[in-house]
Amino acid sequence: MKAPPFRYHAPRTLDEALSMAATLPSPRLLAGGQSLMPMLNFRLLAPENLIDLNRVEGLSGIRESGDAVVIGAMTRQREIEFSALVKARLPLLAEAIQWVGHRQTRNRGTIGGSLCHLDPSAEQPMVAMAMEATLSIAGPGGRRDLPMRAFALDLMTPALEDGEILAEVRFTPWAASHGWAFLEFARRHGDYAIVAVAVLIELGADGTASRVSITLGGVAATAVRVADAEAALLGTIVSPSDIDAAAACCGSVDALGDPQVPGWYRQRLARTLCARAIPIALARAAGGPASVRHPGNDGTNR
Amino acid sequence: MNADEAMREITLAVNGKTHTCKVAERINLADFLRQDLQLTGTHVGCEHGVCGACTVLVDGVSARGCLMLAVQADGCRVETVESLAAGTQGAAGLGPLQAAFRDRHALQCGYCTPGILMSLTELLRDEPSPDEEAVRLVLSGHLCRCTGYQNIVAAALQAATKPAGGA
Ligand code: FES
Ligand code: FES
Repeated sequence: MKAPPFRYHAPRTLDEALSMAATLPSPRLLAGGQSLMPMLNFRLLAPENLIDLNRVEGLSGIRESGDAVVIGAMTRQREIEFSALVKARLPLLAEAIQWVGHRQTRNRGTIGGSLCHLDPSAEQPMVAMAMEATLSIAGPGGRRDLPMRAFALDLMTPALEDGEILAEVRFTPWAASHGWAFLEFARRHGDYAIVAVAVLIELGADGTASRVSITLGGVAATAVRVADAEAALLGTIVSPSDIDAAAACCGSVDALGDPQVPGWYRQRLARTLCARAIPIALARAAGGPASVRHPGNDGTNR
Repeated sequence: MNADEAMREITLAVNGKTHTCKVAERINLADFLRQDLQLTGTHVGCEHGVCGACTVLVDGVSARGCLMLAVQADGCRVETVESLAAGTQGAAGLGPLQAAFRDRHALQCGYCTPGILMSLTELLRDEPSPDEEAVRLVLSGHLCRCTGYQNIVAAALQAATKPAGGA
């Protein structure tokens, strides 16, 4: 269908955008449009005012700031995909971004748009959850920071008050020698994941896992860290039975079911993907090259 | 169009020609190209970003025409499938990529073709000799219900390897 009528606004500065968001009736913020535009075209939404953030200065770009890598909310997924800085310091994000939609949608889609849309199986919120990213939110009264855990309130429900705009996301890179893996399963490449898993591991000098992050997407209302799976690896020289134990934890999380994908199926996928991802992350942490199937390179048009 | 439809004036370059027009604020870029500029080569399939039929190039990169408002293209450079046949290269004025599509039977009903041609145009500019995997990855952003994709891949690779090709 066609989008319902609305008034369109294209502010140039964040202050202008904030004042529009605070004063215009029934406003909606438009980022890359790769989720909002379909919702408008389906008429799932009918905002009176659409505030386009694409021309707002200062909301996009990737920079280092102290120990952190800061990514502007309007930074396009394409820019993240081709960023040498992201590849070097946030390899989990670099790997996850290749699973986001298609080249044609990553050219416009933004990291901030995805974080605020907060689809339960979207990759960027998973990485933010896995890395405990901090979100910097601009509002009428100034800025506030929220950890991703507190930002992701519920299914497609970010902790944004009326009139607030996500400005940037701050990631603190893991130690240079950390290992990472991002795997997902979807029926066609570019579809939202049925289940996805993100794993980060740091090894101590003695080879034991000194820091672990295991995050599932697609199983619950938001991306979830699986604390007992992390605990199964922490402090051990990870053995195949530790990996099985961690995978079993992932396979027993409360999983959403729907008519096409029952909960038990998501649990099985979570278990399988976790069991595959941990060895990849471990090998990378140990300095080994781990080959990972790039989305789509199995020779099929999925 | 409703009499009270909110309108806005935009200026953009489409296939090298500058247009200044008043457009409905809510019209998407694909519909604007088709209805306002009568450039009906760009097709509209699903209207929610899945099929890729509406794909055009905006400032040189591929974008879903159905997921972008025409007003957002203000000041932009848009390229549509109509730009590929400009000039007199190849048989019947087809561009090299289009000629390869004809050669290799890479289209049947042709509904998906304009979008695929634009995505492949972007790919061949970035990567003049892509391998099959790169072609398939780009095609994963398009649905074709006729060809089974095989001939589209063959056509893209044929266009890529032609020394004087350069889409
Ligand atoms: S019409 Fe735009 S992607 Fe299908
Ligand atoms: S040729 Fe018919 S849909 Fe592709």
